[in-house]
Amino acid sequence: MLIIECPWCGKRDQSEFTAHGEAHIARPGDPYKLSDEEWGDYVFFRKNPKGLHYERWVHSHGCRRWFNVARCTITDHIYATYKPGDVRPEVEE
Amino acid sequence: MKRYSIFSLIRNAVSYHQNWQRAWRSPHPRKEYDVVIVGGGGHGLATAYYLAKECGITNVAVIEKGWLGGGNTGRNTTIVRSNYLWDESARLYEHAMKLWEGLSRDLNYNVMFSQRGLLHLAHNVHDLQEIGRRGNAIYLNDIDSEFLSPEQVRERVPFINLNCRYPVLGAVLQGRGGTARHDAVAWGYARAADDRGVDIIQNCEVTGFRIEHNTVQGVETTRGTIGAKKVGCVVAGHCSVLAEMAGFRLPIESFPLQALVSEPIKPILDCVVMSGSIHAYISQSDKGELVIGAGSDAYNSYSQRGGFDVIEETVGPVIELYPIFSRLKMLRQWGGIVDVTVDRSPIVSKTPVQNLYFNCGWGTGGFKATPGSGHVFAHSIARGEMHPIAQPFSINRFHSGALIDEGAAAAVAH
Repeated sequence: MLIIECPWCGKRDQSEFTAHGEAHIARPGDPYKLSDEEWGDYVFFRKNPKGLHYERWVHSHGCRRWFNVARCTITDHIYATYKPGDVRPEVEE
Repeated sequence: MKRYSIFSLIRNAVSYHQNWQRAWRSPHPRKEYDVVIVGGGGHGLATAYYLAKECGITNVAVIEKGWLGGGNTGRNTTIVRSNYLWDESARLYEHAMKLWEGLSRDLNYNVMFSQRGLLHLAHNVHDLQEIGRRGNAIYLNDIDSEFLSPEQVRERVPFINLNCRYPVLGAVLQGRGGTARHDAVAWGYARAADDRGVDIIQNCEVTGFRIEHNTVQGVETTRGTIGAKKVGCVVAGHCSVLAEMAGFRLPIESFPLQALVSEPIKPILDCVVMSGSIHAYISQSDKGELVIGAGSDAYNSYSQRGGFDVIEETVGPVIELYPIFSRLKMLRQWGGIVDVTVDRSPIVSKTPVQNLYFNCGWGTGGFKATPGSGHVFAHSIARGEMHPIAQPFSINRFHSGALIDEGAAAAVAH
Protein backbone atom coordinates (compact mmCIF):
# COMPACT_ATOMS: atom_id res chain seq x y z
CA MET A 1 0.00 0.00 0.00
CA LEU A 2 1.47 3.34 -1.04
CA ILE A 3 1.21 6.74 0.61
CA ILE A 4 0.80 9.33 -2.13
CA GLU A 5 1.18 13.08 -1.75
CA CYS A 6 -1.60 14.82 -3.64
CA PRO A 7 -0.27 18.25 -4.72
CA TRP A 8 -3.46 19.82 -3.35
CA CYS A 9 -4.43 17.69 -0.32
CA GLY A 10 -1.11 16.35 1.02
CA LYS A 11 -0.26 12.78 1.97
CA ARG A 12 -3.11 10.31 1.67
CA ASP A 13 -3.60 6.57 1.48
CA GLN A 14 -3.33 4.93 -1.97
CA SER A 15 -6.90 3.62 -1.75
CA GLU A 16 -8.12 7.21 -2.34
CA PHE A 17 -6.38 7.31 -5.74
CA THR A 18 -6.59 5.63 -9.12
CA ALA A 19 -3.69 5.25 -11.56
CA HIS A 20 -4.07 6.10 -15.25
CA GLY A 21 -0.78 5.10 -16.83
CA GLU A 22 1.98 6.92 -18.66
CA ALA A 23 2.01 10.73 -18.42
CA HIS A 24 3.15 13.40 -20.88
CA ILE A 25 1.63 11.78 -23.97
CA ALA A 26 0.66 14.74 -26.12
CA ARG A 27 -2.59 14.47 -28.06
CA PRO A 28 -1.87 14.79 -31.80
CA GLY A 29 -2.23 18.38 -32.99
CA ASP A 30 -4.09 17.53 -36.18
CA PRO A 31 -5.83 14.15 -35.75
CA TYR A 32 -7.07 14.12 -39.36
CA LYS A 33 -3.50 13.93 -40.70
CA LEU A 34 -2.63 10.78 -38.70
CA SER A 35 -2.10 7.39 -40.35
CA ASP A 36 -3.52 4.22 -38.76
CA GLU A 37 -0.03 3.39 -37.48
CA GLU A 38 0.33 6.78 -35.79
CA TRP A 39 -3.14 6.52 -34.22
CA GLY A 40 -2.42 3.01 -32.96
CA ASP A 41 0.88 4.16 -31.46
CA TYR A 42 -0.80 7.10 -29.72
CA VAL A 43 -3.72 5.11 -28.32
CA PHE A 44 -2.19 1.75 -27.39
CA PHE A 45 1.63 1.67 -27.31
CA ARG A 46 3.41 2.52 -24.05
CA LYS A 47 6.98 2.70 -22.70
CA ASN A 48 6.18 0.50 -19.67
CA PRO A 49 9.66 1.04 -18.20
CA LYS A 50 11.31 -1.03 -15.50
CA GLY A 51 12.55 1.82 -13.30
CA LEU A 52 11.58 5.50 -13.40
CA HIS A 53 8.01 5.98 -14.63
CA TYR A 54 6.19 9.29 -15.08
CA GLU A 55 2.51 8.55 -14.69
CA ARG A 56 -0.92 10.10 -14.16
CA TRP A 57 -3.04 9.62 -11.04
CA VAL A 58 -6.43 10.99 -9.92
CA HIS A 59 -7.39 11.71 -6.34
CA SER A 60 -10.72 9.95 -6.99
CA HIS A 61 -11.99 9.80 -3.41
CA GLY A 62 -10.58 13.22 -2.46
CA CYS A 63 -10.34 16.44 -4.44
CA ARG A 64 -10.92 14.51 -7.70
CA ARG A 65 -8.09 16.36 -9.42
CA TRP A 66 -5.46 14.89 -11.76
CA PHE A 67 -1.72 15.09 -11.14
CA ASN A 68 1.52 13.39 -12.13
CA VAL A 69 3.79 11.07 -10.19
CA ALA A 70 7.43 10.10 -10.74
CA ARG A 71 7.74 6.57 -9.34
CA CYS A 72 10.17 3.67 -9.55
CA THR A 73 8.33 0.60 -10.87
CA ILE A 74 10.84 -1.81 -9.27
CA THR A 75 10.60 -0.57 -5.68
CA ASP A 76 7.34 1.45 -5.95
CA HIS A 77 9.27 4.36 -4.35
CA ILE A 78 7.68 7.71 -5.20
CA TYR A 79 10.27 10.36 -6.08
CA ALA A 80 7.93 13.29 -6.63
CA THR A 81 4.36 14.32 -7.33
CA TYR A 82 3.55 17.44 -9.36
CA LYS A 83 0.64 19.29 -10.91
CA PRO A 84 -0.41 18.76 -14.51
CA GLY A 85 1.28 21.25 -16.78
CA ASP A 86 4.37 21.41 -14.56
CA VAL A 87 7.69 20.44 -16.11
CA ARG A 88 8.57 16.86 -15.27
CA PRO A 89 11.10 16.91 -12.42
CA GLU A 90 14.56 15.43 -12.92
CA VAL A 91 15.08 12.79 -10.25
CA GLU A 92 18.09 10.75 -9.23
CA GLU A 93 17.39 7.01 -9.46
CA MET B 1 16.98 -40.49 -22.05
CA LYS B 2 15.75 -43.27 -19.81
CA ARG B 3 11.98 -43.43 -19.95
CA TYR B 4 9.93 -43.06 -16.79
CA SER B 5 7.63 -46.02 -16.12
CA ILE B 6 6.34 -48.19 -13.33
CA PHE B 7 9.40 -50.40 -13.82
CA SER B 8 11.89 -47.53 -13.54
CA LEU B 9 10.07 -46.43 -10.41
CA ILE B 10 10.41 -49.88 -8.83
CA ARG B 11 14.05 -50.22 -9.93
CA ASN B 12 14.97 -46.85 -8.43
CA ALA B 13 12.98 -47.48 -5.27
CA VAL B 14 15.09 -50.57 -4.66
CA SER B 15 18.28 -48.50 -4.97
CA TYR B 16 16.91 -45.80 -2.61
CA HIS B 17 16.38 -43.33 -5.47
CA GLN B 18 20.14 -42.71 -5.74
CA ASN B 19 20.44 -43.53 -9.44
CA TRP B 20 17.89 -41.38 -11.20
CA GLN B 21 19.29 -39.87 -14.36
CA ARG B 22 19.54 -36.05 -14.49
CA ALA B 23 16.44 -34.75 -16.22
CA TRP B 24 18.37 -32.34 -18.47
CA ARG B 25 21.95 -31.26 -19.17
CA SER B 26 23.54 -27.90 -18.28
CA PRO B 27 25.54 -27.23 -21.44
CA HIS B 28 27.77 -24.26 -22.22
CA PRO B 29 26.25 -22.04 -24.87
CA ARG B 30 27.49 -22.72 -28.39
CA LYS B 31 28.60 -19.89 -30.69
CA GLU B 32 25.51 -20.03 -32.83
CA TYR B 33 22.10 -21.68 -33.01
CA ASP B 34 19.40 -21.91 -35.65
CA VAL B 35 16.87 -20.64 -33.12
CA VAL B 36 17.38 -19.00 -29.72
CA ILE B 37 14.37 -18.87 -27.41
CA VAL B 38 14.61 -16.19 -24.72
CA GLY B 39 12.74 -17.27 -21.60
CA GLY B 40 12.75 -20.69 -19.95
CA GLY B 41 9.22 -20.79 -18.66
CA GLY B 42 6.50 -23.14 -19.84
CA HIS B 43 5.78 -21.30 -23.09
CA GLY B 44 9.47 -21.00 -24.05
CA LEU B 45 10.29 -24.62 -23.25
CA ALA B 46 7.18 -25.80 -25.08
CA THR B 47 8.26 -23.76 -28.11
CA ALA B 48 11.67 -25.42 -28.08
CA TYR B 49 10.12 -28.86 -27.66
CA TYR B 50 7.76 -28.51 -30.62
CA LEU B 51 10.53 -26.96 -32.76
CA ALA B 52 12.58 -30.10 -32.18
CA LYS B 53 9.74 -32.59 -32.31
CA GLU B 54 7.54 -31.32 -35.12
CA CYS B 55 9.63 -28.87 -37.12
CA GLY B 56 12.91 -30.79 -37.29
CA ILE B 57 14.92 -27.90 -35.84
CA THR B 58 17.09 -29.28 -33.04
CA ASN B 59 19.90 -26.73 -33.06
CA VAL B 60 17.99 -24.67 -30.51
CA ALA B 61 18.89 -22.96 -27.23
CA VAL B 62 16.56 -21.81 -24.48
CA ILE B 63 18.10 -18.96 -22.48
CA GLU B 64 16.79 -18.28 -19.00
CA LYS B 65 18.01 -15.54 -16.68
CA GLY B 66 17.06 -17.43 -13.51
CA TRP B 67 15.99 -21.03 -13.12
CA LEU B 68 13.46 -22.97 -15.18
CA GLY B 69 9.87 -22.07 -14.48
CA GLY B 70 10.86 -19.51 -11.82
CA GLY B 71 8.79 -16.72 -13.34
CA ASN B 72 5.07 -16.80 -13.93
CA THR B 73 5.12 -20.54 -14.71
CA GLY B 74 5.79 -21.14 -11.01
CA ARG B 75 3.56 -18.31 -9.77
CA ASN B 76 0.16 -18.95 -11.32
CA THR B 77 -2.85 -20.73 -9.84
CA THR B 78 -2.50 -23.71 -12.26
CA ILE B 79 -5.98 -23.40 -13.77
CA VAL B 80 -6.58 -24.79 -17.27
CA ARG B 81 -9.70 -24.01 -19.31
CA SER B 82 -10.66 -23.03 -22.86
CA ASN B 83 -14.03 -21.28 -22.43
CA TYR B 84 -13.40 -17.99 -24.19
CA LEU B 85 -15.96 -15.86 -25.98
CA TRP B 86 -14.37 -14.92 -29.31
CA ASP B 87 -13.72 -17.42 -32.09
CA GLU B 88 -10.01 -16.51 -32.35
CA SER B 89 -9.47 -17.12 -28.62
CA ALA B 90 -11.57 -20.28 -28.63
CA ARG B 91 -9.41 -21.76 -31.40
CA LEU B 92 -6.18 -20.89 -29.58
CA TYR B 93 -7.17 -22.07 -26.09
CA GLU B 94 -8.97 -25.18 -27.33
CA HIS B 95 -5.88 -26.06 -29.37
CA ALA B 96 -3.99 -25.91 -26.08
CA MET B 97 -6.66 -27.94 -24.26
CA LYS B 98 -6.39 -30.76 -26.80
CA LEU B 99 -2.62 -30.86 -26.32
CA TRP B 100 -3.09 -30.84 -22.52
CA GLU B 101 -5.26 -33.93 -22.82
CA GLY B 102 -2.36 -36.02 -24.17
CA LEU B 103 0.53 -34.12 -22.63
CA SER B 104 1.72 -36.46 -19.86
CA ARG B 105 1.97 -39.35 -22.34
CA ASP B 106 3.58 -37.19 -25.03
CA LEU B 107 6.28 -35.90 -22.66
CA ASN B 108 6.65 -39.15 -20.66
CA TYR B 109 6.26 -36.89 -17.61
CA ASN B 110 3.29 -36.72 -15.27
CA VAL B 111 2.05 -33.12 -15.40
CA MET B 112 -0.82 -34.11 -13.10
CA PHE B 113 -3.42 -32.71 -15.48
CA SER B 114 -6.74 -33.09 -13.72
CA GLN B 115 -9.96 -32.28 -15.60
CA ARG B 116 -11.95 -31.81 -12.43
CA GLY B 117 -14.40 -29.28 -13.86
CA LEU B 118 -14.44 -25.52 -13.63
CA LEU B 119 -17.35 -23.32 -12.55
CA HIS B 120 -17.88 -19.65 -13.32
CA LEU B 121 -20.38 -18.20 -10.85
CA ALA B 122 -22.94 -15.52 -11.64
CA HIS B 123 -23.90 -13.21 -8.77
CA ASN B 124 -26.29 -10.75 -10.41
CA VAL B 125 -28.47 -10.30 -13.48
CA HIS B 126 -25.64 -8.86 -15.52
CA ASP B 127 -23.44 -11.87 -14.68
CA LEU B 128 -26.25 -14.21 -15.75
CA GLN B 129 -26.55 -12.44 -19.09
CA GLU B 130 -22.79 -12.53 -19.55
CA ILE B 131 -22.44 -16.25 -18.86
CA GLY B 132 -25.49 -16.86 -21.05
CA ARG B 133 -23.88 -15.12 -23.98
CA ARG B 134 -20.43 -16.61 -23.39
CA GLY B 135 -21.69 -20.11 -22.57
CA ASN B 136 -23.64 -20.29 -25.82
CA ALA B 137 -20.79 -18.83 -27.87
CA ILE B 138 -18.44 -21.44 -26.44
CA TYR B 139 -20.93 -24.19 -27.18
CA LEU B 140 -21.18 -23.02 -30.81
CA ASN B 141 -17.40 -23.37 -31.05
CA ASP B 142 -17.71 -27.06 -30.13
CA ILE B 143 -16.27 -26.56 -26.65
CA ASP B 144 -18.09 -28.10 -23.70
CA SER B 145 -20.17 -25.62 -21.76
CA GLU B 146 -23.07 -26.31 -19.45
CA PHE B 147 -25.37 -24.05 -17.41
CA LEU B 148 -26.00 -24.90 -13.77
CA SER B 149 -28.74 -23.73 -11.44
CA PRO B 150 -27.82 -22.64 -7.89
CA GLU B 151 -28.98 -26.06 -6.66
CA GLN B 152 -26.65 -27.82 -9.10
CA VAL B 153 -23.81 -25.59 -7.87
CA ARG B 154 -24.60 -26.70 -4.33
CA GLU B 155 -24.44 -30.35 -5.42
CA ARG B 156 -20.85 -29.82 -6.54
CA VAL B 157 -19.84 -27.49 -3.70
CA PRO B 158 -22.10 -28.49 -0.76
CA PHE B 159 -20.69 -25.91 1.66
CA ILE B 160 -21.13 -22.87 -0.58
CA ASN B 161 -23.22 -20.04 0.87
CA LEU B 162 -25.72 -19.36 -1.93
CA ASN B 163 -27.56 -16.53 -0.21
CA CYS B 164 -24.79 -14.30 1.01
CA ARG B 165 -23.83 -10.74 0.12
CA TYR B 166 -22.92 -12.15 -3.30
CA PRO B 167 -25.84 -14.51 -4.00
CA VAL B 168 -25.17 -17.31 -6.47
CA LEU B 169 -27.79 -17.11 -9.24
CA GLY B 170 -26.25 -19.67 -11.58
CA ALA B 171 -23.02 -20.85 -13.10
CA VAL B 172 -21.46 -22.03 -16.33
CA LEU B 173 -19.42 -25.22 -16.17
CA GLN B 174 -16.57 -26.42 -18.35
CA GLY B 175 -16.27 -30.07 -17.38
CA ARG B 176 -12.95 -30.50 -19.21
CA GLY B 177 -11.40 -27.58 -17.33
CA GLY B 178 -9.26 -28.19 -14.29
CA THR B 179 -5.70 -27.88 -13.06
CA ALA B 180 -2.18 -29.12 -13.85
CA ARG B 181 1.00 -29.09 -11.82
CA HIS B 182 2.77 -25.96 -13.04
CA ASP B 183 6.37 -26.93 -12.15
CA ALA B 184 5.94 -30.33 -13.78
CA VAL B 185 4.91 -28.63 -17.02
CA ALA B 186 8.20 -26.70 -17.17
CA TRP B 187 10.26 -29.71 -16.09
CA GLY B 188 8.47 -32.11 -18.44
CA TYR B 189 8.96 -29.87 -21.46
CA ALA B 190 12.59 -29.20 -20.46
CA ARG B 191 13.38 -32.89 -20.15
CA ALA B 192 11.68 -33.80 -23.42
CA ALA B 193 13.28 -30.88 -25.31
CA ASP B 194 16.72 -31.67 -23.90
CA ASP B 195 16.29 -35.27 -25.03
CA ARG B 196 15.81 -34.03 -28.59
CA GLY B 197 19.00 -31.98 -28.51
CA VAL B 198 17.82 -28.58 -27.26
CA ASP B 199 20.39 -26.74 -25.09
CA ILE B 200 18.82 -25.28 -21.93
CA ILE B 201 21.03 -22.54 -20.55
CA GLN B 202 20.05 -21.25 -17.12
CA ASN B 203 21.42 -18.26 -15.17
CA CYS B 204 22.04 -16.47 -18.45
CA GLU B 205 20.37 -13.08 -18.82
CA VAL B 206 19.85 -11.42 -22.18
CA THR B 207 21.27 -7.88 -22.07
CA GLY B 208 20.73 -6.89 -25.70
CA PHE B 209 20.17 -7.98 -29.28
CA ARG B 210 22.64 -7.99 -32.15
CA ILE B 211 20.74 -6.42 -35.02
CA GLU B 212 22.23 -5.64 -38.44
CA HIS B 213 20.29 -4.24 -41.40
CA ASN B 214 17.13 -4.55 -39.29
CA THR B 215 17.68 -8.32 -39.02
CA VAL B 216 18.44 -10.05 -35.76
CA GLN B 217 21.82 -11.84 -35.70
CA GLY B 218 21.91 -13.02 -32.11
CA VAL B 219 21.65 -12.02 -28.48
CA GLU B 220 24.08 -10.45 -26.03
CA THR B 221 23.98 -12.26 -22.70
CA THR B 222 25.75 -12.33 -19.36
CA ARG B 223 27.58 -15.40 -20.73
CA GLY B 224 28.71 -13.80 -23.95
CA THR B 225 27.27 -13.26 -27.42
CA ILE B 226 25.19 -16.08 -28.87
CA GLY B 227 24.50 -15.99 -32.58
CA ALA B 228 21.09 -16.99 -33.90
CA LYS B 229 19.37 -17.14 -37.27
CA LYS B 230 16.04 -16.57 -35.55
CA VAL B 231 15.12 -15.39 -32.05
CA GLY B 232 11.83 -15.96 -30.22
CA CYS B 233 11.11 -13.95 -27.06
CA VAL B 234 8.76 -15.56 -24.54
CA VAL B 235 9.31 -13.53 -21.38
CA ALA B 236 6.20 -12.96 -19.31
CA GLY B 237 6.61 -9.86 -17.19
CA HIS B 238 9.54 -8.39 -19.09
CA CYS B 239 8.53 -8.21 -22.73
CA SER B 240 8.54 -4.39 -22.78
CA VAL B 241 12.09 -4.43 -21.43
CA LEU B 242 13.22 -6.76 -24.23
CA ALA B 243 11.31 -4.81 -26.85
CA GLU B 244 13.12 -1.65 -25.76
CA MET B 245 16.46 -3.45 -26.25
CA ALA B 246 15.34 -4.30 -29.78
CA GLY B 247 14.25 -0.72 -30.42
CA PHE B 248 10.45 -0.79 -30.45
CA ARG B 249 7.51 -0.41 -28.06
CA LEU B 250 4.64 -2.78 -27.27
CA PRO B 251 0.97 -2.08 -26.51
CA ILE B 252 1.53 -3.54 -23.04
CA GLU B 253 1.62 -2.46 -19.41
CA SER B 254 2.92 -4.64 -16.56
CA PHE B 255 1.18 -5.16 -13.23
CA PRO B 256 1.72 -7.38 -10.16
CA LEU B 257 -0.84 -10.17 -9.82
CA GLN B 258 -1.10 -11.98 -6.50
CA ALA B 259 -2.04 -15.43 -5.30
CA LEU B 260 -2.03 -17.15 -1.94
CA VAL B 261 -2.34 -20.66 -0.54
CA SER B 262 -3.75 -21.91 2.75
CA GLU B 263 -2.40 -24.55 5.07
CA PRO B 264 -3.10 -28.05 3.67
CA ILE B 265 -6.40 -29.66 4.63
CA LYS B 266 -8.20 -32.88 3.75
CA PRO B 267 -9.95 -33.02 0.35
CA ILE B 268 -12.98 -30.74 0.38
CA LEU B 269 -13.17 -28.93 -2.97
CA ASP B 270 -12.98 -31.17 -6.04
CA CYS B 271 -13.51 -28.56 -8.76
CA VAL B 272 -12.27 -25.08 -9.62
CA VAL B 273 -14.65 -22.24 -8.74
CA MET B 274 -14.17 -18.83 -10.33
CA SER B 275 -16.08 -15.64 -9.91
CA GLY B 276 -15.38 -12.72 -12.18
CA SER B 277 -17.48 -10.08 -10.52
CA ILE B 278 -15.95 -10.47 -7.06
CA HIS B 279 -12.62 -11.55 -8.52
CA ALA B 280 -12.06 -14.60 -6.37
CA TYR B 281 -11.08 -17.96 -7.70
CA ILE B 282 -10.27 -21.00 -5.71
CA SER B 283 -9.25 -24.62 -6.09
CA GLN B 284 -7.59 -27.26 -3.92
CA SER B 285 -4.16 -28.58 -4.83
CA ASP B 286 -3.26 -32.25 -4.60
CA LYS B 287 -1.22 -31.38 -1.49
CA GLY B 288 -4.44 -30.11 0.11
CA GLU B 289 -3.75 -26.39 0.07
CA LEU B 290 -6.49 -24.08 -1.10
CA VAL B 291 -5.06 -22.05 -3.97
CA ILE B 292 -6.62 -18.60 -4.18
CA GLY B 293 -6.11 -16.25 -7.08
CA ALA B 294 -6.35 -12.58 -6.21
CA GLY B 295 -6.57 -9.48 -8.36
CA SER B 296 -3.83 -7.35 -9.84
CA ASP B 297 -2.71 -3.96 -8.62
CA ALA B 298 -4.08 -1.08 -10.65
CA TYR B 299 -0.74 0.63 -11.34
CA ASN B 300 2.35 -0.35 -13.40
CA SER B 301 4.92 -2.21 -11.37
CA TYR B 302 7.68 -4.81 -11.68
CA SER B 303 7.86 -5.31 -7.90
CA GLN B 304 6.63 -8.98 -7.85
CA ARG B 305 4.83 -8.11 -4.61
CA GLY B 306 1.46 -6.38 -4.84
CA GLY B 307 -0.58 -4.44 -2.31
CA PHE B 308 -2.17 -5.84 0.84
CA ASP B 309 -5.50 -4.19 0.01
CA VAL B 310 -5.79 -6.56 -2.97
CA ILE B 311 -5.51 -9.60 -0.69
CA GLU B 312 -8.18 -8.20 1.61
CA GLU B 313 -10.52 -7.56 -1.32
CA THR B 314 -10.10 -11.17 -2.42
CA VAL B 315 -10.24 -12.97 0.90
CA GLY B 316 -13.34 -11.02 2.04
CA PRO B 317 -15.61 -12.42 -0.69
CA VAL B 318 -14.03 -15.87 -0.41
CA ILE B 319 -15.09 -16.25 3.22
CA GLU B 320 -18.53 -14.77 2.42
CA LEU B 321 -19.03 -17.49 -0.19
CA TYR B 322 -17.33 -20.25 1.82
CA PRO B 323 -17.73 -19.47 5.54
CA ILE B 324 -16.19 -22.89 6.27
CA PHE B 325 -12.79 -21.51 5.16
CA SER B 326 -12.86 -18.53 7.52
CA ARG B 327 -10.61 -20.13 10.17
CA LEU B 328 -7.92 -21.31 7.75
CA LYS B 329 -4.45 -19.84 8.02
CA MET B 330 -2.76 -18.67 4.85
CA LEU B 331 0.68 -20.19 4.36
CA ARG B 332 2.15 -18.21 1.50
CA GLN B 333 1.38 -15.17 -0.61
CA TRP B 334 3.30 -14.02 -3.67
CA GLY B 335 3.11 -11.86 -6.76
CA GLY B 336 4.06 -12.27 -10.39
CA ILE B 337 4.31 -9.60 -13.08
CA VAL B 338 1.70 -9.89 -15.80
CA ASP B 339 2.01 -8.16 -19.18
CA VAL B 340 -1.43 -6.89 -20.05
CA THR B 341 -2.62 -5.73 -23.48
CA VAL B 342 -5.59 -3.43 -23.90
CA ASP B 343 -7.79 -6.19 -25.34
CA ARG B 344 -6.61 -8.75 -22.77
CA SER B 345 -5.50 -11.08 -25.58
CA PRO B 346 -1.90 -12.19 -26.18
CA ILE B 347 0.51 -11.09 -28.88
CA VAL B 348 2.01 -13.94 -30.93
CA SER B 349 3.67 -12.12 -33.74
CA LYS B 350 6.49 -11.04 -35.97
CA THR B 351 8.06 -7.73 -34.95
CA PRO B 352 9.51 -4.69 -36.75
CA VAL B 353 12.89 -6.54 -36.63
CA GLN B 354 13.36 -9.34 -39.18
CA ASN B 355 13.57 -12.88 -37.75
CA LEU B 356 12.71 -11.64 -34.26
CA TYR B 357 9.43 -13.06 -32.95
CA PHE B 358 7.53 -12.18 -29.79
CA ASN B 359 5.09 -14.34 -27.83
CA CYS B 360 3.88 -12.19 -24.95
CA GLY B 361 1.03 -10.24 -23.38
CA TRP B 362 -0.72 -13.28 -21.94
CA GLY B 363 -1.85 -11.05 -19.10
CA THR B 364 -3.31 -12.79 -16.09
CA GLY B 365 -3.97 -16.15 -17.78
CA GLY B 366 -1.11 -17.59 -19.81
CA PHE B 367 -0.57 -20.89 -18.01
CA LYS B 368 -3.62 -22.60 -19.51
CA ALA B 369 -2.33 -21.88 -23.01
CA THR B 370 1.20 -23.23 -22.49
CA PRO B 371 1.12 -26.21 -24.91
CA GLY B 372 -0.90 -24.42 -27.60
CA SER B 373 1.14 -21.25 -27.37
CA GLY B 374 4.42 -23.15 -27.72
CA HIS B 375 3.01 -25.26 -30.53
CA VAL B 376 1.80 -22.43 -32.77
CA PHE B 377 4.85 -20.29 -31.95
CA ALA B 378 7.24 -23.10 -32.91
CA HIS B 379 5.49 -23.62 -36.24
CA SER B 380 5.48 -19.86 -36.89
CA ILE B 381 9.22 -19.53 -36.23
CA ALA B 382 10.08 -22.61 -38.30
CA ARG B 383 8.04 -21.53 -41.33
CA GLY B 384 8.79 -17.81 -41.07
CA GLU B 385 5.07 -17.27 -41.41
CA MET B 386 2.52 -17.14 -38.61
CA HIS B 387 0.52 -20.29 -37.87
CA PRO B 388 -3.17 -19.80 -38.87
CA ILE B 389 -4.29 -19.97 -35.22
CA ALA B 390 -1.72 -17.31 -34.26
CA GLN B 391 -2.42 -14.94 -37.17
CA PRO B 392 -5.22 -12.93 -35.48
CA PHE B 393 -2.90 -12.32 -32.50
CA SER B 394 -0.45 -10.27 -34.57
CA ILE B 395 0.81 -6.98 -33.16
CA ASN B 396 -0.67 -5.34 -36.28
CA ARG B 397 -4.14 -5.59 -34.77
CA PHE B 398 -3.37 -2.51 -32.65
CA HIS B 399 -3.00 -0.53 -35.88
CA SER B 400 -5.76 -2.16 -37.93
CA GLY B 401 -8.25 -2.08 -35.07
CA ALA B 402 -9.08 -5.81 -35.26
CA LEU B 403 -8.83 -6.28 -31.50
CA ILE B 404 -9.90 -9.52 -29.81
CA ASP B 405 -11.64 -7.97 -26.86
CA GLU B 406 -11.64 -10.64 -24.18
CA GLY B 407 -11.37 -7.89 -21.56
CA ALA B 408 -14.87 -6.69 -22.28
CA ALA B 409 -16.04 -10.24 -22.93
CA ALA B 410 -14.97 -11.92 -19.73
CA ALA B 411 -15.06 -8.81 -17.53
CA VAL B 412 -12.12 -10.06 -15.46
CA ALA B 413 -10.83 -13.43 -14.23
CA HIS B 414 -8.66 -14.61 -17.07
